[in-house]
Amino acid sequence: MRPLLASLTGGAILLFARFITAVRAIWEGVGPEPVQRVYFANHTSNGDFILVWTVLPPALRRTTRPVAGSDYWLASGLKSFIGRDVFNAVLIDRRKEARSEDPMETILAAIDEGASLIIFPEGTRNMTEDPLLPFKSGIYNIAEKRPGVDLVPVWIENLNSVMPKGKVIPIPLLCTVTFGAAMRREAGETRETFLARARAALLALKPVGEDPA
Amino acid sequence: MTGADTHLVWLLLGVLGLLTVATAIGEGLKRRNGPTPTIENLNARIYAWWAMAALLGIAFLAGRAGVVLLFALCSFAALREFITLTTRRAADHWAIATAFFAILPAQYWLIWTDWYGLYSIFIPVYAFLLLPVLAVLQGDTRNILVRMSETQWALMICVYCASHVPALLTLQIPGYEGRNILLIAFLVIVVQLSDVLQYTWGKLLGRHKVAPALSPSKTWEGLIGGAASATLVGAALWWITPFSPLQAAAMSAAMTLAGFLGGLVMSAIKRDRGVKDWGHLIAGHGGFLDRLDSVLFSAPIFFHLTRYFWSTV
Repeated sequence: MRPLLASLTGGAILLFARFITAVRAIWEGVGPEPVQRVYFANHTSNGDFILVWTVLPPALRRTTRPVAGSDYWLASGLKSFIGRDVFNAVLIDRRKEARSEDPMETILAAIDEGASLIIFPEGTRNMTEDPLLPFKSGIYNIAEKRPGVDLVPVWIENLNSVMPKGKVIPIPLLCTVTFGAAMRREAGETRETFLARARAALLALKPVGEDPA
Repeated sequence: MTGADTHLVWLLLGVLGLLTVATAIGEGLKRRNGPTPTIENLNARIYAWWAMAALLGIAFLAGRAGVVLLFALCSFAALREFITLTTRRAADHWAIATAFFAILPAQYWLIWTDWYGLYSIFIPVYAFLLLPVLAVLQGDTRNILVRMSETQWALMICVYCASHVPALLTLQIPGYEGRNILLIAFLVIVVQLSDVLQYTWGKLLGRHKVAPALSPSKTWEGLIGGAASATLVGAALWWITPFSPLQAAAMSAAMTLAGFLGGLVMSAIKRDRGVKDWGHLIAGHGGFLDRLDSVLFSAPIFFHLTRYFWSTV
């Protein structure tokens, strides 16, 4: 019963996301192939991973898990149903003092089980005028500890205007999700250079001439 | 079968035949010359027309409810494309949400209930006055006039103008009762064919550009050839309308001209915003507005000409 309900809810969320955003994938640097990947995306809205999830072909969607904060997704029964049952999210505890397990261990375990991941290396939703915040170290740790996994930058365009923070009703606007070329940590690459390179690769996917406001 | 049904069947068969021929030509060209951008674009347009014809056909079968619902959805998709390109700030959230989820459904509900006195002024008067209030109450004045104007313009084009297509069903023309749906078919066929014929004449003979600053593909040869041949087709379709052949020709000429000018206006906006197409309905082949722009401009003109000269309400 619960899996059926989860897949129906998933279908409804997909339909709703398409209705509001008519989201389109642009496979610029990689194709939608069934390869294990860590998709890393810009983070401006709670709906971000839903859009990435929506544009993935169904076979990829089944093996791709978003990494999300357990403090948010376990806060209520409905959220926990959507987070765990519908999206099969890898839930990590962002509160340093309260947590019992290392988030990186949880993430690496999911990779070792063969899952692809969706991560937001900015660590928090970007509320600034800057297009992209500095990256946290998590993506470097993944690249270093699991060097065989491709890291794919994913730029999500326009969703921040669809669903600004604190608003309940979304505004229908066209969104695109652009997938860049896969990257890995090069031998001897330091944390700083890798994080800068990954951030530049993501920023390079942002469409130019946008943001009329 | 009633007269309207017989006419509708003949019309559908005609459209089916035309699209089949067009598809055969498109595929033949592709086989002979390979998939050049022009041929790919032609084929994409042909497939869009298939989809359009199928949707309209289904809506016609469903009657008034189907037509009103179809155009409400078209308005939604068009507005989604238009608003994506407008000047927006966070303070506009409520105004834009109201436009999508209150004003759009209300306009189509008014059409559905046949309340001419209100649907003809609802957006030009009430939305025009209400939305700026919602925007300014947020306290952000930057670009306020531009933001208010663009939202209103989007509503006028994507909702108000589009809603005049199903509004044709509310006209009451003596001797034409129960056949109003054919007016929609007449409008859509003449305007869409005019687009195609202008494009074709332009590709074959086009030399002199009408407005090089707005659209490089619109030529005088295309305009005159396309308008003349679409007018002839419109005249030949007089039997599905309440018009005489001459009147049908005059109506077609008016719609064709309005559609052409609408296309120019919409290209100017796209050019200013630095985009080639309004959206990505079909990947790489444009959005709803790219296919509907000429219908949006001609629908209110056609509606009011018909209402003034033929309708009793």
